[in-house]
Amino acid sequence: MQIRPILAALRHHKAGTLLIALQIALTLAIVCNALFIIHERLTRLSQPSGIDEPNLLVIHNGWAGKPQEGEIASLMASDLDTLRKIPGVADVYATNTYPLNNVGIAYGIGHSPDKLKPVTTTAIYLADENALPTLGLKLIAGRNFRPDEIGQIGLHGDTDPSAIIVTSALAKLLFPDGSAVGKVAYISAKPSTIVGVVERMRTPWVDSSLAKWADCSTLIPYRPLTSASQYVVRVQPGQLENVTRHVRAMLYAANRMRVISPKDGVQTFADIRAIAYNSDRGMAILMSAISTILLIITGAGIVGLTSFWVGQRRKQIGVRRALGATRHDILSYFLTENLLIGVGGVVMGGVLAIALNMWLMKQFEMDKLAPGYVLAGVVTLLLLGQGAVLAPALRASNVPPVEATRSV
Amino acid sequence: MFGYYIDIAVRSLRRNKVLTALMILTLAMGIGASITTLTVLKLLSGDPIPQKSARLFYPQIDPNTLDGYVADKTKPDTIMTYTDAMSLLHAHRAKRQAVMALTQAKIVPQHANDHPYFTDGVMTTADFFGMFDVPFQYGGSWTADDDESRAPLVVIADFLNEKMFGGGNSVGKIIRINDHDFRIVGVLKHWAPQPRFYTQGLAGRDYGDGDAVFMPLQTARSMDMGPQDTECFASVTDVQHLETAPCEWVGLWVELDDSAAVAQYKSFLDGYVRQQINLGRFKRSDTALLDVMGWLSDQQVVPDDAKLQVYLAFGFLLICVVNTVGLLLAKCLRRSREIGVRRALGATRGAIFTQFMVEAGIVGLTGGLLGLVLAELGLLGVRHEPAEYASLAYLDIEMFLLTFVVALVASLIAGLLPAWRACVMAPAPQLKAA
Repeated sequence: MQIRPILAALRHHKAGTLLIALQIALTLAIVCNALFIIHERLTRLSQPSGIDEPNLLVIHNGWAGKPQEGEIASLMASDLDTLRKIPGVADVYATNTYPLNNVGIAYGIGHSPDKLKPVTTTAIYLADENALPTLGLKLIAGRNFRPDEIGQIGLHGDTDPSAIIVTSALAKLLFPDGSAVGKVAYISAKPSTIVGVVERMRTPWVDSSLAKWADCSTLIPYRPLTSASQYVVRVQPGQLENVTRHVRAMLYAANRMRVISPKDGVQTFADIRAIAYNSDRGMAILMSAISTILLIITGAGIVGLTSFWVGQRRKQIGVRRALGATRHDILSYFLTENLLIGVGGVVMGGVLAIALNMWLMKQFEMDKLAPGYVLAGVVTLLLLGQGAVLAPALRASNVPPVEATRSV
Repeated sequence: MFGYYIDIAVRSLRRNKVLTALMILTLAMGIGASITTLTVLKLLSGDPIPQKSARLFYPQIDPNTLDGYVADKTKPDTIMTYTDAMSLLHAHRAKRQAVMALTQAKIVPQHANDHPYFTDGVMTTADFFGMFDVPFQYGGSWTADDDESRAPLVVIADFLNEKMFGGGNSVGKIIRINDHDFRIVGVLKHWAPQPRFYTQGLAGRDYGDGDAVFMPLQTARSMDMGPQDTECFASVTDVQHLETAPCEWVGLWVELDDSAAVAQYKSFLDGYVRQQINLGRFKRSDTALLDVMGWLSDQQVVPDDAKLQVYLAFGFLLICVVNTVGLLLAKCLRRSREIGVRRALGATRGAIFTQFMVEAGIVGLTGGLLGLVLAELGLLGVRHEPAEYASLAYLDIEMFLLTFVVALVASLIAGLLPAWRACVMAPAPQLKAA
């Protein structure tokens, strides 16, 4: 295929050529950045929390009537008992917070009692001996809490546990060489011995600004004696819906003096995950929608402009056909023409995409665009261009040679 | 003449329905996306108290240790200790001043059969209402004396009054909050500034409904109500008595009428910090005194995603405009003969130019109208999002008008090149070819 005659013809359509190339370039710049953002968000969405989400639900319980801390202890014990007796419930424990909740306590953890030089920040989860089996956490070293280790903590008590369980990520940070079990770390002025290490449990926060220590969690052996706390319930497989529906009424039947919001007092982890990542998911959906529409618009624009060119050049096509050009020659002429414009567009677009990414990096916390995304965008747009030009090009190849003799 | 242009334009647009529909639809989608995202951004970055935002200031000081401190590079803390806030409050150096913290207030309904529930509460001091122009439906604020005497008084929001007392004048009635009886002294009219500037730094929501109950800070604290956020800068053994603990948990707002008052207050604040350093209480000397909008931008209250969406939507609109230029150009070149004939019959270049611009304008206005429908659909989608600001996403009259301005400007820019190409075309070759 000869390229020079195509270039000569394009020179007569400078404005149209430039417009298509510009549109391809802009579309490429936006689409590959959008794809990159979609990927970033989807990665965030699919981060495992480390707990057995499909079989868990959470009840947000608040006490009415201002019970004293001593009373709360017995109220909570009877609640845990009530919950355990519900058919379909496998295990339960009370805590201050749980992964994806976006609310929680964070402490510095380190090798000395003064808190000025912590190794890292860690999320603090209150736990008892049932926490590990309830959450489905995998203990990879050491042991679980013993029932006699579990303390009680009110709104204003001290958290200075003598035994703690940490995640493997935190253990590695604290003790890079060798096992952490049996060693001492400080989250308060008193030493805490690490009795166990669990494989993985994310902090309650999903915000990307806290991602640095997102896997650094510490479980401390306390039951919360506050006026509001969370019950995490593990159900037997297949019982989630059933238990979720009845649990609120059963707790109220056992004791009326409480607050469990009818709206979100009982949540499955599917709900909790959906709420936690709502904005990320929304952004990914929006980006996908906009990318798709952009590609359709660009495709339609190419179809429109090429159709017009074909209509304008019917006579010339007829002449070429009369002089011996085959249908295939005409078809490949238009395909090549589009490819040339497309290549010009994607070269310009590649530069724009990187510039746009650099600007976005400066404005928002965002990573550097991986070259794969530009490449994927280039291929998509070139294919889109060829696809869009196919129909008008086929119409052009169907122009009969006799067209050359008309209206001369 | 203008009517004639419109007539020709409509005829020409109807001649090629698919192309016209494509142009209008593209433009409409670009405009719909831009207006939707812009409406959300405008809502999120608005001035919550426009009549006063330049006169309200948020003093900041820093009681932290020198660990991690870089002189001139470390911002002072977002909240204060009770001790400092109360000292600054009692100094009365501003026209008005109020200390505040947020709490979860448990409301016990009057009917024995209803379940108690939690609402958003503000623990504050008497000047809060006058300083923030909070409108009252019934009654009014408590006084500074009530603050000091820890009177069990409360101001409730309109929606809570509606729910508890059916919306009547409930001043003087008793409401049970966190298992203590409070006497209602005031009922607010609807008041929900967006963003909720006074909750920044205190761990409240940024947008959405207003707070339900407002209680005197000292009263609420004496009943053991805790703040939403507590940040301690030294080891703490007793968090029960937050008033004396090395913990920050309150915010202070002051009203200052002119720049002289602002300068005076800033130097007072600096003086206070110097004094605390001399006493050995403070180590860091940085202070700040931002006004409402400055404080909101410092707190980066507008979510990044909202900004990203606006950029994206305008990029989208740009591509739609480029696309429309291409399609209009194609249409215009196809009509070269018609233009030749008109020019030969005496139409001036200006007339041809105007006619093509009219055509582009019609495409733009139709696109704008359709874009408005799409924007309304988009906002309907936003309202169904579970975001804090979801319920506020409505198109106001300003954005309504802006839609048409954007549509018209976009289409006229798109029409410029084709119209110019049409009017500079030499008529003779076109006539010959015919």
